[in-house]
Amino acid sequence: MGKTNITAPVNKIISFSAVDGFGNRTAIFLQGCNQNCWYCHNPETIHHCKACGACVEACPTGALRIVEESEGSVDAGKREGLAAERETVRKRYVAYDISKCCNCDTCIKTCRENASPKIRSMTAGEVMEEILPYFPFIDGITTSGGECTMHLDFLTELYGLVEKEGKTTYADTNGQIPLWDKEAFLRVTDQTMIDLKAGTEEDHRKLTGMGLHNPVENIRRMAELGKLYEIRTVVVPGVVDNRRTVELGSSLIAAYPKVRYKLIKFRHFGVRQEYLHIQEPSDEEMEALGGLAKRMGVKEIMIT
Amino acid sequence: MTNDMTQDILYTIKNPRVTFRQRLKDMAKIAENSVELVRYTEKSKEYFANGAIMDMFEGKTPYRTRYCVPDYELFMKQGSKFLMLEPPKDIWDAVGNLLCLYHNIPADGGLPVYIGCLDELLEPFVRDEKEAEKAIRFLLTHVDRTISNAFCHANLGPRDSRAGRIILKLTAEMQRPCPNMTLLYREDTPDDYLMAAFETAIASAKPSFANDALYRRDMGNYAVVSCYNVLPIGGCGLTLVRLNMHKLPELAESPEDLLERVIPDAVTAVCDAIDSRCEFIVDDCSYYENTFLYDEGLIKKDKDHMIGMFGFVGLAECVNGVLGLTKPEERFGKGKEADAFGEKIMRRIREEIDKRPCKYGKYGLHAQVGVMEDSGSTPGGRIPIGEEPDLPFQIMNFIRMHRDCDAGCGELFPFEETVKRNPQYLADIMKGAFKSGARYLSFYGSDSDLVRVTGYLVKKSDIEKFRNNKATLNEATVNGSEVHRNLHLLDRKVRGEEKKE
Repeated sequence: MGKTNITAPVNKIISFSAVDGFGNRTAIFLQGCNQNCWYCHNPETIHHCKACGACVEACPTGALRIVEESEGSVDAGKREGLAAERETVRKRYVAYDISKCCNCDTCIKTCRENASPKIRSMTAGEVMEEILPYFPFIDGITTSGGECTMHLDFLTELYGLVEKEGKTTYADTNGQIPLWDKEAFLRVTDQTMIDLKAGTEEDHRKLTGMGLHNPVENIRRMAELGKLYEIRTVVVPGVVDNRRTVELGSSLIAAYPKVRYKLIKFRHFGVRQEYLHIQEPSDEEMEALGGLAKRMGVKEIMIT
Repeated sequence: MTNDMTQDILYTIKNPRVTFRQRLKDMAKIAENSVELVRYTEKSKEYFANGAIMDMFEGKTPYRTRYCVPDYELFMKQGSKFLMLEPPKDIWDAVGNLLCLYHNIPADGGLPVYIGCLDELLEPFVRDEKEAEKAIRFLLTHVDRTISNAFCHANLGPRDSRAGRIILKLTAEMQRPCPNMTLLYREDTPDDYLMAAFETAIASAKPSFANDALYRRDMGNYAVVSCYNVLPIGGCGLTLVRLNMHKLPELAESPEDLLERVIPDAVTAVCDAIDSRCEFIVDDCSYYENTFLYDEGLIKKDKDHMIGMFGFVGLAECVNGVLGLTKPEERFGKGKEADAFGEKIMRRIREEIDKRPCKYGKYGLHAQVGVMEDSGSTPGGRIPIGEEPDLPFQIMNFIRMHRDCDAGCGELFPFEETVKRNPQYLADIMKGAFKSGARYLSFYGSDSDLVRVTGYLVKKSDIEKFRNNKATLNEATVNGSEVHRNLHLLDRKVRGEEKKE
């Protein structure tokens, strides 16, 4: 397959990650999410930049600047992902110079739109070129977000390139986009890691703004295909019925002894001001939920 | 050490921060340094005077080798006439015999820097695993409490074994800095055993990992000793003379002048000094003839077993200095030109060493970890703490600068909490690094009490004791406490990314 011009908005690439699947992985975070969870720990990945310019003023190193161009002069490839759906951005966007950036995240703290200006619009080929030096040291890559499956064509191309180099491909997803019928994508995908954020339709809608059907169906189908590495539930006391979530999750994966259930403690780190009143769960609560999963037949349980 | 011997003696006998054994050793050093009989060449003298080479405080009148690496395997087979020991018949005989030999090693400090490839030595005697664990615990405890030196090094072979598993288990449990430990990793080392080793490394900052294929190619049947020196088994590291590369820019008029004139000249100064010291040890003191280890074949006096160690520190400072680099992105470790020049310097040093005939045995190139008096120089060819690039690039830089270090080099990485649940992460990094040509890697948890200072382990709690004027059992604490301060150890970049959910 030749390299295409399909791009995706890349928020961040972490060369070596110990927490994104099996072994050492290069983690690629794409911008934009189709859910809006209360407790999102990196809300700056939810929306695309509107080019309001607040961060440009705040940047201490001059890594950001407003670019205004007349329509047509902007390279279409470079524009995608930078709120391409908005007419205003066709003429105006925030340009990011990674070489000047000191990663202080002042821009992200300044942003009122749950977005980030530190986004690079990249083709699969460009991402590949950047991550290739890491390949001797990694088991494979994990794409995450935001919600990486919003860019399935991009992922399919990237995964194909990565597999050609003999490395594995993992997708970290909230499961809202049906994957079970995306044959081309599945052919090049080794594993998925899927969120299960709530155990009832009502809880799921309340917490994420989206329904429960697709995540559940994705978990079921990926497990059947042997392409489910783990499911993960963030335990949030008082917001959803955490027992119901763990019951549902356990019932979905108990038949697959290799699939891990990762129970994640809700933590205040990174969470938006308006949700900071939510309590962090106690260790006892986490252990109790782990015990529940175990009783329901889950073999691999990780509490973190 | 001051010139007034009385002052030195008084300081030593009153020093509250050393144990009796350490005191005795310090007294011996004062005696040794009161006469100076090594005949250095004019070239060496010039470089000792300008500070570009140093003798590592190894002693002015060396009557023993710096490191002695006896062939313990042979010792297990034949016992020892001199020590009146029969070959061992069970695990208790085996640990007993080893301990006897450990206390009779004629090397600097009077204590062994190498105690054998323990799992391979002991595996034949593991019959009942419980009994074996008891015996091995006895051995490790004895070594820690009586040798008490973090430069004392045990090796583990590349194969899975019951003895190896027991040693890994006890090491994680005991949380002691002595002995230092290295697993000699080979491609056929089983993953399952490797994971057990990484779990121990995560818990206790050891073992480190050596690239067996590379070192075997360069050194033959080798052992990792002291910090991470590599020497032939049955051999000796006779002496270590160190090139202080951070001093070289002062002597050079230009980068070309450094490569073409200064380096060949400095290599001559170092090799001359090694030859002079070896001459004293081997010929004047009859080191070999004066020890039963030589009589019984446990060490050999031939070309392949006598290593003069050519140490170096401060490559980073040398490169930055001679190229006049101040911008962070251009300096050694990040700048392309700087790194290429660093590699050129290292090639040049190796070429010059290889050209020169060695008077005793052969020269081995060693990336030295530093001594406590160092400031302003980074160990070997490493990137200074605080200037490290992203981890993959740091590893590649380490590989490039240390390709020719047949007598050992090492790089170490602290990792954070999240890595503890994923030892495979460290295995992936290590395997990739070794495939790419890395020789040696160490890892340690940034929050653990046992931390690696440049190349050996100390307990943070021991450093606290030392600073409060209290003695600690482990001699390396004394070095560690200062190196710690001078090299900003605790500022080292911690690896393993915290992922935001």
